[in-house]
Parts: sequence; structure tokens; C-alpha cells
Amino acid sequence: MNRLQNLFANKKSNLLSIYFTAGYPELNTTLDIAEALEQAGADFLEIGFPYSDPVADGPTIQQSSEKALENGMTLNVLFEQLQQLRERVNIPVLLMGYINPIVQYGIERFCKKAAEVGVDGVIVPDLPIYEYEKLYADTFKQNNLSNIFLVTPNTSEERIRKIDGLSNSFIYLLSSSSITGSTLNVSTSIEDYYKRIKGMELNNPTIIGFGISNNASYTKACEYANGAIVGSAFVKHLAMDDYLKNIPEFINNIRPRS
Amino acid sequence: MKYGVDEHGYYGDFGGAYIPEMLYPNIEALRAQYLKVLNDDDFKAEFDQLLKDYVGRPSPLYHAKRYSEKYGANIFFKREDLNHTGSHKINNAIGQILLAERLGKKRIIAETGAGQHGVATATVCALKGLECVVYMGEIDMARQAPNVARMKMLGATVVPATSGSKTLKDATNEALRDWIGNPEDTHYIIGSAVGPYPYPEMVAKFQSIISFEAKKQLLEQTGSELPQYVLACVGGGSNAIGMFYNFLDDESVKLIAVEAAGKGVETGHSAATTSLGKEGVLHGTRTILMQTEDGQVVEPYSISAGLDYPGIGPQHAHLFKVNRAEYVSATDDEALNAGLLACQLEGIIPAIESAHALAHLEKMAFKPGDNVVICLSGRGDKDLDTYIKHFGY
Ligand SMILES: Cc1ncc(COP(=O)(O)O)c(C=O)c1O
Repeated sequence: MNRLQNLFANKKSNLLSIYFTAGYPELNTTLDIAEALEQAGADFLEIGFPYSDPVADGPTIQQSSEKALENGMTLNVLFEQLQQLRERVNIPVLLMGYINPIVQYGIERFCKKAAEVGVDGVIVPDLPIYEYEKLYADTFKQNNLSNIFLVTPNTSEERIRKIDGLSNSFIYLLSSSSITGSTLNVSTSIEDYYKRIKGMELNNPTIIGFGISNNASYTKACEYANGAIVGSAFVKHLAMDDYLKNIPEFINNIRPRS
Repeated sequence: MKYGVDEHGYYGDFGGAYIPEMLYPNIEALRAQYLKVLNDDDFKAEFDQLLKDYVGRPSPLYHAKRYSEKYGANIFFKREDLNHTGSHKINNAIGQILLAERLGKKRIIAETGAGQHGVATATVCALKGLECVVYMGEIDMARQAPNVARMKMLGATVVPATSGSKTLKDATNEALRDWIGNPEDTHYIIGSAVGPYPYPEMVAKFQSIISFEAKKQLLEQTGSELPQYVLACVGGGSNAIGMFYNFLDDESVKLIAVEAAGKGVETGHSAATTSLGKEGVLHGTRTILMQTEDGQVVEPYSISAGLDYPGIGPQHAHLFKVNRAEYVSATDDEALNAGLLACQLEGIIPAIESAHALAHLEKMAFKPGDNVVICLSGRGDKDLDTYIKHFGY
């Protein structure tokens, strides 16, 4: 079991994951941010590695990626920083990014390195199922990395079942078909979709992401899934002065301490 | 077809559909339906009729006598420049709008670099009364202002792409993002033989009319449907794949694709993808693209906005890798000079894109009697400013 699988075995509800782009707003604060998030109560983390052409991302994460690249963030630099990951951070960590930097780094090398520094899983939005199964699944498994698949309101039931079979930690439910950072309208159709998924009784836990930006959307997501992911809202937080110091307050606003 | 696509959308090592899950239903619906629609009699009849009466096809195969004399071979121009809207881009736009209509889509999006594909798309949307949104890099909008105005006159909304490098690749990203947010009512008319499968295959099929006609015309004019050489310029590769398509299995025909070398392949200001690129994934397809060691896409440079793309279509990547076609390049200056030569020898002002293909003639050695076909993909009206500035007319 990796840390991610462990977490889901022990905690079934109100999970909170935070996404941030490595190298933003400063090159060398990746672990400071990760550590602060753990201390503030985040259950697991998604660390984004930047890409020049992030088609699934809205302006907030696009701009953070551009800035991170300007700051000099690369996969090499990130893995260098993550050498100390497990000295400072205990919660599960996923890497999130696009396929091309991984192809250039080399898939085997990427997975080995990720496992070596203590990463538990990977989210690659533009890696489709066919290619994953054919070219990548074995390498992921050898390195005990979970691959996280996305499901949208338009994903067919048959395909969701297939994704459930290929997943071994959790399934990432998109609140709507949208890029990151769009505002979420909790409409009846979204609730129907959440309910439909819940009714499928999948083997894997589900975490809802995209458009979760405050306590209301977080709470609604947690009614139907095991937890939620906050991305763009946190990346916006990082643009402010004292972003490190105010991380507890940010987390508290999403999920008030009970 | 030996060089064709397999059932998973691959041409050898290249192709596939590297798309986020949000686009999967759209791409899957296209994949499942496009062949059925394309083979439908009603579709074929309307496609053929529009190509004939609206676009003005068949485009002539013109035996360029003074060029032939100069280069010592029979040089033929395939006159895509004479199409309605002035380039080959309209062939694909017509095909895709008819498809979109049959898929019940109400809204069309497209990306454009130079504006030629944007104009072609705006045109077919006007023809069909469909809403049209064209994404164009903010920098390109300034460089190609007349085409922006043209699209607006045709009723399209032109949206500046302000992300990344603010050019064609970013316009493509914006179009993909729009499609993610509007999966149900919108069809994305991609402008070249790029993108996730089935786009490269579909665009190639629509553009294959170019070589389909050329073969017949060659037979009439030379007594053989097979020439010795076929040349075309490559941005994403749609006019080139259309020009090559029906010759791919005729291995005696040498296929030559001309990329834009910009200021020179080694100057850092170039768009010569096969020389400078490495294998990777761009805009949903595994192909060859210009990128840094870290896998970040590099912004290319060419004087011709239509060739200013950091990748090539996956079928081209395959033809390059297995050596079925030769990939060469021409610089800005070589292309501009070739464009001027076409004006002076044949009375034809070619698009600067097409002039890249013409420029390669200078570097070839022919045997007497060789038949050579060049795709004149577009006319040069849009490039007059650039020509005039460069030559000081
Ligand atoms: C006249 C002309 N030729 C060629 C191209 C390059 O595109 P492709 O390689 O898809 O034919 C363009 C693109 O805008 C164009 O306008």
C-alpha cells in the first residue's frame, strides 16, 4: 500500500486535497508550501509541474505555470527539491502535469524518480486510457504509483466502470466539463450527476475537483464524495503577500476546524 | 493503405488522441461517426456540389512553361490559390461544416494563425448560418489585421488568445479549452492535419481532393498519372498531405515537404520542425515538435504565419521517420525570392507559405522530361505588405 491507499483505507469522508504549481510564486518554496499545508490539515497534496501549453487549465493555473517556468522550474529542479520531501511531509503527494514533459524526461526515469522521492501517485490529464494501458501501466505499478483518472458528467457509465477497474486509490470527479478555475454552479444537474456516481457504488473512493473554492462548494462535494480538491482558489491565494503564513486561515475557510 | 492510420489512430509511432477526459465524448463521437457521415450519399453529393459550385473546383493543374524552361523539367502548379477564399483551407472547412451540421452542432469554433483558416471557417459558417468563434493569437491579430476584419465581416467573433506566446499554438489551446467548456453544441473545425485522432485523418481525407484531381489532370496532360516529384509546403501539413495522399502508395513518386527555416535552421529563429524537433505530444497527438529538453513547447519563427507552428501532423512525422517523404526547408529570403520569381515568370503572386515549396526548386536537379507538381496552396494577396516591404516596391 502506498500512503494514498493507506489514507483512503482510514479516512472515508471530508478529505481535503490542495493543488499548487511547483515553482510558483517562487522557485524554492515547494516544500515550504507543502509542509504548511500539511500542518494546516490538508489530507493530501497535488504538486503541479508546469507545462507551456496546459489545455485543461484556466487562466489562474496557466499564469502560475508560466511564472513557474520563468522562475526556472523543470522536472529536474522539482525532483531535486523533492529529495527532502519525506523529511518534511508525511501526507500523500501526487504529481500533476501534462504528458509531454514526462515523455521527454523518460517515463521509466520519471516513475523511478517519483517513487524514490516518495511520491504516491500521478495525475496526467492528457494521458488517455488506451495509451496508459499499453505504454505506462506496468511502469506505474512497478513503482507503486497510483494513476488517477478523471471522470466528467459526460463520461459514460461503461467507461466509469472501466476507470474504476484501472484505479487503485481514488477517482477524480470533475464537477462539470470545464477547465480548471471555472466557477461552480451547484445546479440540480450537478447534484443528479453526483448522485448517479454515488449510486454506482464504485470500488474506489471519489474526490470532487474543479470549481471547489469555498466552504459551500466543499461541503456540497463532501455530501456525495469522499472529499474535494481545491486548486485555482489556492493558487490565487499564493499570489498574496504572506501566503505561507496565511495558509491555516485559507484551509480553515474551506473546511473549518471542528 | 500502407501509410494509413491504424484502428487506434496511429501512423506507426505517431498519432493517437492525447486528450483530457473532458474531450473524450466529443472525440469519441467524431471517431464513431465521421466515416459513416463521409460515406453517406447525401454528404458526398453536397460536398462535391459545394466544392464545384462554391469553391470552384477542380482547381487547375497549370503547366508553368517559363518555370519549366528555367528548371529544365515539366513544372506543374496545382492551383489551390484559385479556390474561393484563396487557399486550400476551404476544402477542409467545407467538409467539416457539413459534418458538424449532420452531427447537429449549432456553434463552430476554430483556431487560426495567418487568418486563412479562420476566414475559410467564417465563410462556411456564413454559408450555413452557424455561429462562429475564431481564436487567434493576440500577436497574429496585429500582424494579420485585414484577415481579422474579413472574418468579422463574415459574421465571426474573433477572440484574441492572450495566453502563452499569443500565437497559433496558443489559439489552438484556447479553442480546445472552449471545446472542453462547450462539449455538447459545439464542433471544433481544426485547420490543419494535426490534433487528436480522428482529426489528422479527417482533414487529410478532405484535402485529398488535391491529389485526386492532380492524378487525373496529369494523365490528361502528360499521359501518365504519376509524376517524378510532388512538392508542398508544411505548416501543420494539410496541403502537403492532401497533395501527397493519392501518391503515397506509388513509391516511384518522390514526395518533398518544405518546412519554413525562418532566418535559418540553426539561427534560433526557425520553424523547421523535423530538423529541430523531437518526438513528443502536442495538441493531442504524438508527433515531432520543437521543444526544450524539459518538454516545454518552443515558439517557432517564420515570416509566413501559416508555417509558424511548432509541430507537424502525425502522418507527416511517420512519413518522415520511415523516409517515404523527404523533409527539407526554405528560409524567409529564399521563399520571398521564389514568390517574386513566380510573379515575374508566371504572373502569379503566391502566398508566402506556398513560395517555400517553390523555393526548393532551386536546390533540385532534374532530368529532361521529369514531371514535377507543386502545390500552390494559396494566393499572396494577404502577403502583399510583406512582399512590398521586403522588395521595396
Ligand atoms: C496558403 C497556405 N499554405 C499553407 C499553409 C500551411 O498549412 P498546412 O501545412 O496545414 O497546409 C497555410 C496556413 O495558414 C496557408 O494559409
